[in-house]
Amino acid sequence: MAPALLLLAALGATGVAYTAIAPTPQAEASATANTSQIDEGRSLFLRNCSSCHGLNAEGGSDGPTLIGVGAASVDFQVATGRMPAARSEAAQIPDKRVQFSEEEIASLAAYIASLAPGPAIPSDEELDYSEADVAEGGEIYRTNCAMCHNYAGSGGALTRGKYAPSLKGVTPRHIYEAMLTGPQSMPVFADGTLSPESKREVIAFLKTTESEPSPGGLSLGKLGPVSEGLVGWVFATGGLIACAVWLGAKAR
Amino acid sequence: MSDQHYTASDPPAEDGTGPAGAGGELEPRFTNPGIAPHAYRRSDIDPKAAKRREREVAIMFALSTLGTLLFIVGYFAVKLENVPGEEMLERVGLSTKLLGVGLGVAMFAIGAGAIHWAKTLMPDDEVVNVRKPMRSSDEDRAAAVESMKEGAGGAGVGRRKLIRNSLLGALAPLGLLAIIPLRDLGSLPGAQLTGTAWKAGKRLVTDPVGEPILAADVPIGGVIHVLPEGIEDMEHVLDEKAKATAIVIRLEPDELKEDPARADWSYNGIVAYSKVCTHVGCPVGLYEQQTHHLLCPCHQSTFDVTEGCKVIFGPAARPLPQLPLDVDGEGYLVSREDFQEPVGPSYWERGER
Repeated sequence: MAPALLLLAALGATGVAYTAIAPTPQAEASATANTSQIDEGRSLFLRNCSSCHGLNAEGGSDGPTLIGVGAASVDFQVATGRMPAARSEAAQIPDKRVQFSEEEIASLAAYIASLAPGPAIPSDEELDYSEADVAEGGEIYRTNCAMCHNYAGSGGALTRGKYAPSLKGVTPRHIYEAMLTGPQSMPVFADGTLSPESKREVIAFLKTTESEPSPGGLSLGKLGPVSEGLVGWVFATGGLIACAVWLGAKAR
Repeated sequence: MSDQHYTASDPPAEDGTGPAGAGGELEPRFTNPGIAPHAYRRSDIDPKAAKRREREVAIMFALSTLGTLLFIVGYFAVKLENVPGEEMLERVGLSTKLLGVGLGVAMFAIGAGAIHWAKTLMPDDEVVNVRKPMRSSDEDRAAAVESMKEGAGGAGVGRRKLIRNSLLGALAPLGLLAIIPLRDLGSLPGAQLTGTAWKAGKRLVTDPVGEPILAADVPIGGVIHVLPEGIEDMEHVLDEKAKATAIVIRLEPDELKEDPARADWSYNGIVAYSKVCTHVGCPVGLYEQQTHHLLCPCHQSTFDVTEGCKVIFGPAARPLPQLPLDVDGEGYLVSREDFQEPVGPSYWERGER
């Protein structure tokens, strides 16, 4: 009898100690979301998402599991219109018209966050980039993001029809969530490897670039050598050819 | 000028051989079509038209003067000193446009006017100037040989051996003058190309922030661009960064198809590879999380991260060198040792490694 009691006490103590030292889950949303919101989210999920992602978000042949992706992922995918996806979208799921209201998206996010801990939707304080260092953000952006999204955030091509979308006009919240969750081809830049401070700096850099005037006159979509080269070849070379033709033509 | 001149009003030889047969040395292979009848321009016939052309040329030259004035006015009118940042950008834009348009119009209009003048008003009779034979006359050639022989005999090249030999001795090392200054290109690379700043136990820090990386913090599907800790304090920072720059990627451990000899180079699905493309050295940083393909943005060389970064597409010839990883006592990622092969593009002495 005594060993059994001792074991029980030891188990209990371990449990209490674990809850004290265990890392608190990132999903704060699951703590704040009330049950009715989660129920609402679940019914929305069953009607709109479960045919691909499974009745319990366990995933299937048409869609990945959503257990542990967190509220941030749901908010990014649904609030940019990427989800729900049409079945014919082969290479990449594009952003399109948003299908749900803000409350519905919040309910869906709360439901997914309630399944397992995952990255939460960033708060307004986390998104406040007014104090962020733009120059530092530019360095981080050029090292981590520019190879796909272009030096000015104009987007670029990947392989087999996939592409890195343009970042112009994307809200700070969605940029932050994309870094946090790594949607589709994009790698994950979790808080442990790219701090929230660095993320805000990247957002500050992008927003500054967006509003920057172009002292040269034409920015040509800020696409770099492709559009600049095209204009150079068509107009400059075209002008030179026109001059050559005029030089060679006989006067009448 | 001479009988070797033909003009449209003075047609070529009657025999149809024309200028090519003028020397009488070549068989005529083509019939000479001669010169098309001269077409008179409107300005040749009509003095009014000529006057109009004259005015057009003058307008172009006047336009050039205006361009020069625009340049000068633009230079002095747009002040670039003591201007706040935001306004500065607009000022610089305006200044560049005025100077560029002024200079462009000034130069282009002079050229265009000159050409318009030449084409419409200057004489445009077709003139043929027959090419002379290249060969000198036999007498001239014989005289030249004679004079050479005379000169050589007088200088005594064959007789005065001391002078000849010392001249050869002076000419032969002259080539060194062209070779010796090549030393300024710098010392031979030595081991610079084979080693990088990575050493055993060196922590990986994020580029550009410089934070060490906890292995537990690296998410699956995550990418971190890294440098060795302390690289900022090295003597040739940029050279060292260019060689040591690497990329850390975490995959599901069972997605990695590792070479058994390198099984302990990864940690929990975390692998690190050189970021310098083995083609021409661009930074290979474009990672597709779902396909596990790492792309070089310059020439689309594609490396498969699941299989030791072997090349699956593009011009790169070799896989990216892998950086062996370990974790130190505090859980931070460290390098086990330096890259096992030279990073970056091939070079002559690189060998098969």
